[in-house]
Formats: sequence, C-alpha cells, structure tokens
Amino acid sequence: MLIDWNNFTPWTALAGGALIGLATAIFILFNGRIAGITGILGGLIKPKLQDIGWRIAFIVGLILSPAIWKLFGSLPAIEIEAGNALLAFAGLIVGISTRYGSGCTSGHGVCGISRLSPRSIIATLAFMATGFLTVYVVRHLLGA
Amino acid sequence: MNKPHNTFQALVFSLLSGLIFGIGLILAGMANPAKVLAFLDLAGRWDPSLGLVMGGAIAVGVVAFAIAKKRPHSYLGFAIQLPTSRIIDKRLVFGGLVFGMGWGLVGICPAPAFVLVGSGSDKGLIFTVFMMLGMVIFEVLENYRKPKNTPHKS
Repeated sequence: MLIDWNNFTPWTALAGGALIGLATAIFILFNGRIAGITGILGGLIKPKLQDIGWRIAFIVGLILSPAIWKLFGSLPAIEIEAGNALLAFAGLIVGISTRYGSGCTSGHGVCGISRLSPRSIIATLAFMATGFLTVYVVRHLLGA
Repeated sequence: MNKPHNTFQALVFSLLSGLIFGIGLILAGMANPAKVLAFLDLAGRWDPSLGLVMGGAIAVGVVAFAIAKKRPHSYLGFAIQLPTSRIIDKRLVFGGLVFGMGWGLVGICPAPAFVLVGSGSDKGLIFTVFMMLGMVIFEVLENYRKPKNTPHKS
C-alpha cells in the first residue's frame, strides 16, 4: 500500500469529522432525530405534514454551507472526473439503494456506528467493500 | 403526547445541524469527490483522510448517542427517535452493496451531493437530481409491492 502523503490531510480530516459528529450530536440531542441524509430526504417523498419543515431545513443547511464557508475563505477545489451520463446513473442507483438499505454514509456510517448498531456496521462494511472494489475495477482493471 | 416537530426551535436547530454538517464536510475535504475516490483507491496512491473523518465523527457521535439513549426526550422536549430494527436482512446488505457501487463510480454520497449543489457544481446537481429521482422510484416500487394498509417503515 502506497500512502499519498502529499494529499493526506489528517488534521482537517479529524476536525471536519468532529464537526460532522457535532452536527449529529445537535440533531439527536436537540431535535431527537438521526442525521441520516437518506432518511431525512426519503421522508419528504410521502411526508407527514409536521415533518416537512425540519427535513427541508436540514437540507437547506447543507446547501447553504458553502456560502457560509465563503464568508471566511475560498472553497477548496471540486474535482469530478465522471461524465454526465455516469453521474446520472450513479445518482439513480445511490437513490434507490440507500432507501432500500435504509441509510448511507451518514445514517449507517456515522450515526449507526456511533450507536454501535450491528445493522449499521454490516451496512457500512457492505458499502465500503463495494466502494473499494468498484474503484479497483474502474481504475486498475478497466484502466479508466 | 409528543411535542410536534414543526416548532420554530426545531427548524432552527435542524438548519444549524445541516450547516455544521456541511461545513464539516468541506473542511474535511469530503465535498471533493476526487478526495473520496482517493480513499477508495487502495491499490493506487491511497489518501486515508476519509477514514479519519469517520473516526472524528464517530468519536463525537459515540458520546452524543450514549447520552441520547438515556434520555426519553431531547433538550427541546421532542421524543428521541432511535431506530429499533435489529434485523439483518437481504435489503440491508444488498442496499449497502449497491450503494457502494454508485459511490465508488463517482465519489459522491447523499450529504456531499447537496454541498456540491450549494457550491454551484453542475455535475453535483445532475447527481443529486437523479439521486432524488431514484428515491422516488424506490417509493413507487415499494407501494406497488406492498398492500395499501401496511404502514411504510423507513
């Protein structure tokens, strides 16, 4: 294994992670809810009336975060190599599968593991495994 | 009787959580799909950062959820709603496996997708629109499979 020391950013990764943890802490301790983006978003498709507002507010917070960041500095680079068709395909299967599996990186990966939920640990192992495998196949077997 | 979740306080704390979550993602470099893919590329030049992001988030989360588990109500008086399902089934595993494929193809998962939209990324917007379409398709298929009178569980 070859670690990319030039691009490895341990301190901002830990600090950013701690902020994500803080956000989930606020959400469970004040709102009483799990900060799982799949669940928050999916619940908007057939919403209970009283649940529409807080779900949208959380998503709006995510969308506004780059604007808040820009008040203090410039945004880090965004590099997306994938073409539009691949992005659409990936988006589609992420949307279907995260609902089917009841969670994504936030709900299972962060909140679920923090709760020591066996379900979430299994789900996280599953998506990490195919995440690693997919990049291996695309970059090293197909050589894209 | 549970306090309804549509109070002004609930909206403010929800917005605040989303904002802090998004800023955490940007600071951690996770709003850049290339950096996410660099973590998933074990056989290439590996960037372990995403592992530390998860570690940092879980370190704080473990404490928060330990407190939450002991409380019937949140600090704002809302019921604390923790998932109760303990069933490890085909849906959970298969859903996770397919999600990892989509994630590995482009390096975007649901939370960073919205941060990309807010950053003005057209490609991020395409991913996000199709992700939401995927969720709608899921809902339609679920309703088709299930009889009307069973409550939907998410």
